[in-house]
Amino acid sequence: MTTPLILAVLILVAIAVWQLAKIFELSQLSTGKKSDATIADDDDNKYNGYLLFAFLVFIYGITIFSFSKYGKMVLPMPASEHGVDYDRLMWISFAIIFVVQTITQFLLHYFGYKYRGAKGKKALFYADNDKLELIWTIIPVITLAALILYGLYSWTNIMDINDEGDPLVVELYAQQFNWTARYGGEDNVLGDASTRLIDIDKANILGIDESDPNAVDDIIVKELHLPVGRKVNFYMRSQDVLHSAYMPHFRAQMNCVPGMVTQFSFTPTVTTEEMRLQPEIIDKVKRTNKIRAERSAAGEENSDPWQFDYVLLCNKICGKSHYNMQMKIIVESEEDFQKWLDSQKTFGETVIAVP
Amino acid sequence: MAHEAEHHHKETFITKYIFSQDHKMIAKQYLITGLIMGFIGIAMSLLFRMQLAWPGEASPVFKALLGKWAPDGVMDADIYLALVTIHGTIMVFFVLTAGLSGTFSNLLIPLQIGARDMASGFLNMVSYWLFFISCAIMLVSLFAEAGPAAAGWTVYPPLSALPQAQPGSGLGMTLWLVSMAIFIASSLLGSLNYIVTVLNLRTKGMTMTRLPLTIWAFFVTAIIGVVSFPVLLSAALLLLMDRSFGTSFFLSDIFIQGEVLHYQGGSPVLYEHLFWFLGHPEVYIVLLPALGITSEVMSTNARKPIFGYRAMIASIIGIAFLSTIVWGHHMFISGMNPFLGSVFTFTTLLIAIPSAVKAFNYITTLWKGNLQLNPGMLFSIGLVSTFITGGLTGIILGDSTLDINVHDTYFVVAHFHLVMGISALYGLFAGVYHWFPKMFQGRMMNKNLGYIHFWITAVASYGVFFPMHFVGMAGVPRRYYQNTAFPMFDELTDVQVLMTVFALIAAAAQLVFVYNFIYSIFYGKKGSQNPWKSNTLEWTTPLEHIHGNWPGAIPEVHRWSYDYSKTYEDGSYIIEGQDFVPQHIPMQPNEEELNH
Repeated sequence: MTTPLILAVLILVAIAVWQLAKIFELSQLSTGKKSDATIADDDDNKYNGYLLFAFLVFIYGITIFSFSKYGKMVLPMPASEHGVDYDRLMWISFAIIFVVQTITQFLLHYFGYKYRGAKGKKALFYADNDKLELIWTIIPVITLAALILYGLYSWTNIMDINDEGDPLVVELYAQQFNWTARYGGEDNVLGDASTRLIDIDKANILGIDESDPNAVDDIIVKELHLPVGRKVNFYMRSQDVLHSAYMPHFRAQMNCVPGMVTQFSFTPTVTTEEMRLQPEIIDKVKRTNKIRAERSAAGEENSDPWQFDYVLLCNKICGKSHYNMQMKIIVESEEDFQKWLDSQKTFGETVIAVP
Repeated sequence: MAHEAEHHHKETFITKYIFSQDHKMIAKQYLITGLIMGFIGIAMSLLFRMQLAWPGEASPVFKALLGKWAPDGVMDADIYLALVTIHGTIMVFFVLTAGLSGTFSNLLIPLQIGARDMASGFLNMVSYWLFFISCAIMLVSLFAEAGPAAAGWTVYPPLSALPQAQPGSGLGMTLWLVSMAIFIASSLLGSLNYIVTVLNLRTKGMTMTRLPLTIWAFFVTAIIGVVSFPVLLSAALLLLMDRSFGTSFFLSDIFIQGEVLHYQGGSPVLYEHLFWFLGHPEVYIVLLPALGITSEVMSTNARKPIFGYRAMIASIIGIAFLSTIVWGHHMFISGMNPFLGSVFTFTTLLIAIPSAVKAFNYITTLWKGNLQLNPGMLFSIGLVSTFITGGLTGIILGDSTLDINVHDTYFVVAHFHLVMGISALYGLFAGVYHWFPKMFQGRMMNKNLGYIHFWITAVASYGVFFPMHFVGMAGVPRRYYQNTAFPMFDELTDVQVLMTVFALIAAAAQLVFVYNFIYSIFYGKKGSQNPWKSNTLEWTTPLEHIHGNWPGAIPEVHRWSYDYSKTYEDGSYIIEGQDFVPQHIPMQPNEEELNH
């Protein structure tokens, strides 16, 4: 519906621009000005100088517009321990960027406007100034050094995946186009696995080594449940192509690579229930459901009311249904988690014995 | 020598326009091929932007252009990925590498250093024709039965290696790899030629520290190309072997469509290393020539020397060196050792320093100038603006910690489109407006159409890519056919529509450029020999193109190329009544050589 409309508008715009240009050209011919429409004259310098200044206003305008309109949609409240730290570093970096952007864009466009050319004007022969250049080398050096140090400190902490504090062990298993999670079960140890051991007939979809005693109590599920406040160590595998386990609410992401096991770790801090009560999330759900209600009124699909849930997305191009490769994440209290885990069947119970 | 050059003039149509060995003609061939590819690439982006704004909606445009890939006019998910892939490939390699560097290196290196032609005209011709063949193969791949390559422009295996993983990984992918291999050969021949020419064929007096910054940029770009493109060639060849001969360089432990494949011991991470060893320098292969062009255009039109000439050279070299040791920032979360991530964070943020120096130097070049706001100048200023806006977010992406959550989201797409896509395109446009008279026998482009072109493009490209950062920060992954599977992205549909409308407007503005370009080739007004009152040597050649460039002896060079508005101590210009001193003018008595 909208496409032909847009196209029609575009064609009209193109024609209008064309005509405008023609008129422009003709008017310049008829006034008999010395200008031959090839080299900027004083008028061009003047108008384009003004436009450069207007463009500065536009850049500031689109910045303010974007922050005020879309600002609330970005970086939802972090739900992991390191997420808070992540957000702090992000906003510090943003503050620095914002200041530099505001100042440099101002200087660039303001100079463009202020020093627009005119007949008889003389430019300043100014080729060098070691002191100035030193200053604007040193300032970025110091700023970046601080950011690098802070960043590396956080990075080392986040990527230090160890067994301290009895972490829950979870395997995230990716395949075109869905996710599977595996828990270590009673012993919290994952049984060995390899794609070569996959046996669909025996319902051994993850290729778990049946002879490994650690594997018997493993639990395989299609919904990721995590206990709040307990560190989770993720071990990621993929059976076919690259995938990436992206959990934006937890500021967590790691690629899943066929042929190797990758790792990530975080501690969830907010349960799904608690998150749903956050004013920020309530607002977001309200906004979203308004859109969905409109869709529903128009008789369109995909319009059921939405309830907030954490989600795991695939974030590495993996084929046709890449855009819909997801798994629900539920963060809950330790007791609820244990109750849920106990209700699940173990690998030993589900695998079909050799006939 | 000069006499000899004139005798060669009896040329057939074929040797003059098709298999030409003249650098000026080859430059034009590169430009026109690059522009045609550019318009194909941009058209593709419009198709997938329409799909993103109006997901799943049928459109007669899709039906007409995509045929069987748009049953009932609804775009298919596989062709969406193919469009994204081919758009990226075409824009990065065919337009911004060959179209930009190929055009202006060929046109300007001999003209600005004072050489009759490239060191090897024959290699130069071969380089263009290899480029042409690789373009042709890439376009042919669009018609592969199962569809063109669709694994993203980085073509990571195993997705790109296994035809079972997606239809585009069949014949389409093979053609993609063959096309790239030929492209790399073309690029290497071109680069070697540029390096040899700059080192050996400079005219008398043209020392390295008198070279215009354009030449420095092209020269260093060629070196980066020679260092890094062969690595991509090896990646492409190994990938071809994995695909066609059953080797396991990048593949291991794969179970797909119900069967275990034989591959054992390879690693996709190895491919990522090889790819980005080129892939990141590639960003600078694209960007440095654009910055070189900007330096020249900006200085000329500001009627001022470029500020900090030596610092500019140092930063070009610094960027080139650092660019070869930062590739890992594309792989922070690839599964490689996190310690390696720390090292790459460090080198990556270092590269911000020479980049910052360049930006500040451009701004200072404008200060107290007498700015002639020609279209080329506006595109140069626009370049600095997008270079800053896009470059700054690199501080976030280059930081391994912050990259975790924005990696592969639209934040990345916004970042690199501004900092290398739009910036380099602006460089290309600045170069075309500025050197059009040099390419087309003195004909000039219409400035008013140029202004319309610039202003619509400038506003619309910010309109596309500025809000895109927010989409990425909200967590929307790139290369999603549609975002409807996640209710949490529902409220971002408005932004998608806004961006798509701006993209359509930006594309429409390019039609103004096409019209201006084609019209001016045939009917553009003839300007003077040196229309922009520039100092560089190319403006001392006659309007009509001749083999050997200068009818007489090659001019000798006596100064750097930035003596704009230079005065004696009493404030009078070096040459009375003229605010510039071309490079071939000898030092005047009492004149001090101010070559910084």
